[in-house]
Amino acid sequence: MPIEILMPALSPTMEEGNVSKWLKNEGDKVAAGDVIAEIETDKATMEVEAVDEGVLGKILIAAGTEGVKVNTPIAVLLEEGESASDIGGAPAAKKADAPAAAEQPAPAAEPAAPTVAAAPKTEVAADPDIPAGTEMVSTTVREALRDAMAEEMRRDDAVFVMGEEVAEYQGAYKITQGLLQEFGARRVVDTPITEHGFAGVGVGAAMTGLKPIVEFMTFNFAMQAIDQIVNSAAKTLYMSGGQMGAPIVFRGPNGAAARVAAQHSQCYAAWYGHIPGLKVVMPYTAADAKGLLKAAIRDPNPVIFLENEILYGQAFDVPKMDDFVLPIGKARIHKTGSDVTIVSFGIGMTYAVKAEAELRGMGIDAEIIDLRTIRPLDLDTIIASVKKTNRLVVVEEGFPQSSVGDFIANQVSQRAFDHLDAPVITIAGKDVPMPYAANLEKLALPNVGEVVEAVKAVTYR
Amino acid sequence: MAAAAKKAPTKSKAGAKPPSAPTTPKPADFNKEQELEAYRGMLLIRRFEEKAGQLYGMGFIGGFCHLYIGQEAVVTGMKMGLIDGDQMITAYRDHGHMLAMDLSPRGVMAELTGREAGLSKGKGGSMHMFSKEKHFYGGHGIVGAQVSLGTGLAFANRYRGNKNVSLTYFGDGAANQGQVYESFNMASLWKLPVIYIIENNRYAMGTSVTRSSAETDFSHRGASFKIPGMKVDGMDVRAVKAAADVATEWCRSGEGPIILEMQTYRYRGHSMSDPAKYRSKDEVQKMRSEHDPIEQVKARLIEKKWADENELKAIDKEVRDIVADSAEFAQTASEPDASELWTDITH
Repeated sequence: MPIEILMPALSPTMEEGNVSKWLKNEGDKVAAGDVIAEIETDKATMEVEAVDEGVLGKILIAAGTEGVKVNTPIAVLLEEGESASDIGGAPAAKKADAPAAAEQPAPAAEPAAPTVAAAPKTEVAADPDIPAGTEMVSTTVREALRDAMAEEMRRDDAVFVMGEEVAEYQGAYKITQGLLQEFGARRVVDTPITEHGFAGVGVGAAMTGLKPIVEFMTFNFAMQAIDQIVNSAAKTLYMSGGQMGAPIVFRGPNGAAARVAAQHSQCYAAWYGHIPGLKVVMPYTAADAKGLLKAAIRDPNPVIFLENEILYGQAFDVPKMDDFVLPIGKARIHKTGSDVTIVSFGIGMTYAVKAEAELRGMGIDAEIIDLRTIRPLDLDTIIASVKKTNRLVVVEEGFPQSSVGDFIANQVSQRAFDHLDAPVITIAGKDVPMPYAANLEKLALPNVGEVVEAVKAVTYR
Repeated sequence: MAAAAKKAPTKSKAGAKPPSAPTTPKPADFNKEQELEAYRGMLLIRRFEEKAGQLYGMGFIGGFCHLYIGQEAVVTGMKMGLIDGDQMITAYRDHGHMLAMDLSPRGVMAELTGREAGLSKGKGGSMHMFSKEKHFYGGHGIVGAQVSLGTGLAFANRYRGNKNVSLTYFGDGAANQGQVYESFNMASLWKLPVIYIIENNRYAMGTSVTRSSAETDFSHRGASFKIPGMKVDGMDVRAVKAAADVATEWCRSGEGPIILEMQTYRYRGHSMSDPAKYRSKDEVQKMRSEHDPIEQVKARLIEKKWADENELKAIDKEVRDIVADSAEFAQTASEPDASELWTDITH
């Protein structure tokens, strides 16, 4: 049966084009791959190749015709043994492949449904019960992180650590201290200084089912690797239709330390919090650091685990339990209160905690929520608190524009507007690169006074 | 292409000193079965890609679509050197790699048309398909990213202590990305079993290698990292197979990575919307008429009287039927349910 040659779409956006030239005449023999015509698209003049072999029986659209819609028959190809008389009425000829094609040129172009269903809600389990009488051990965040990795490495041979100076040097910030001695060089891998490369190596290994913990000496260096984190680790599960993902943890110190200036002092909570496919954890206490890092290592998804150099040496009580694992995606009410909600995370909590003490002296009873996880964000806990206190202040060290606090303020205004007795105040780092000078650095970061003032403002004191 | 899985070669001689850097071997001597396997495998890719181009023209395939026509011998010959469990990973010109790894033509084509029955449920498209079962790790749209990932596959092989090899493909364009060399360094340092297959089709999109690369001999690109390299006629499937055998043996015996520069050519533009004005028609025509990988096999089959025109036509018809079936399937399969928007984001 004669085959219709249709006006092809030759770019992602082409809807019509011009038939500029025929390179074969009626009656010419055509082999698959032969250029038969030139077509002018919205971008360029393109050659059209024959897909089937045969004889060009009839040209339906003359050279020079403009504005030919995609999928319009432009010629008819005769197969072996057919003659021009077989063409009959062109419309009766067999369409090259899909009978419906001419009427429905682009199935994808159908208008989207007017409403899009909301994301399904996933329930996150509460923190595990800590049995009465459990011994609490004062532990630094540094030790807690190390213990979490060691416990998980003992539990699962697929878990390994890689990064700069993690093995022989015992960790640039001594987080991996002792791991090489216990687990050997196979599982505690010193890498060259090559963040983009080893992040990709880690993701590739994770795609086979290994569970790498990739340490960045600081998250500032991870900007070299952000393509692998965002495009490879975060998106593969979706792009593969659920077949393949990357169970990997990227961890290391994040945000400002002390006097290390602009390139080494940046918080990435909002950056990674933006990306579907990632989980983002940013603990404050040693117990949360331990329980959440263990959860992150077990999680089948890529987890960004944001630590802070200043917190590494701070000690907190950690329950002495065989297997202390906390849920990712659940905020923790650090202190209950009734007059105002202060939400923070990571080192931001240090400002919130100190401010709360001052506020208590002024007779203001503040509730402090430690987010612990930036993504998935536990908005329910925040909103429940706002419904109780009717006032909200968010504290973080990152830059102000498109910050974590901005998103929380937006969500609270949409979901709990009627419960607010004052505008939400977001406190962030100043909108400047981090300066080196001690006095300027102090000015660039949030401070306790700002938090106190913000609380006074929303409580009209 | 049901390539019979070979057994992993055992280490040549216990205690033997490391072999010296391998050099390009002579093309493999194919028997009749191998010639027919190669013919059929390459033809499937060619016809599939032609059909994909046609469906693109009809609006059934959207976005970007990069065809592999002309380069078929590379994946076909490499696949013939693999054992079960060896992994493959590549960039965005990936349909041929998937077919070579025995991914279902229906599944690939339905992904191209964005349907639920596609390999990625319609959520990946031309550049993003995967198969854990067939050890195919994508399909990556960011030029060069797959090189670090493929090195990670090799890392996993070494970690697990298996004999498998990662086949990591990239183009002459990607060969100028920084992370390629970061990966080379680690692969050599840690003796990772990875074959870096540089498909040099002479053009990084529209920029010829001489205009983009200071060193156009890609087999030498590993020199600073002590990675040996071989130049291979990527239009001759027997030459590719012979190189695959040498390279896999090198990797499996613990020697670390190796580079294969496949000298090949793509007949079509970089993507569907590329008029390919940066090269002459004569250049394309010369490659097609003198070096076509499929015609080479066909000529040998006929010359050796291993198949006559009728038998080859029968293979052609069988391949066309598979492709027509996949196209029909891909056009009629349903689009993903709206609920799929929210699935597979995290586990």
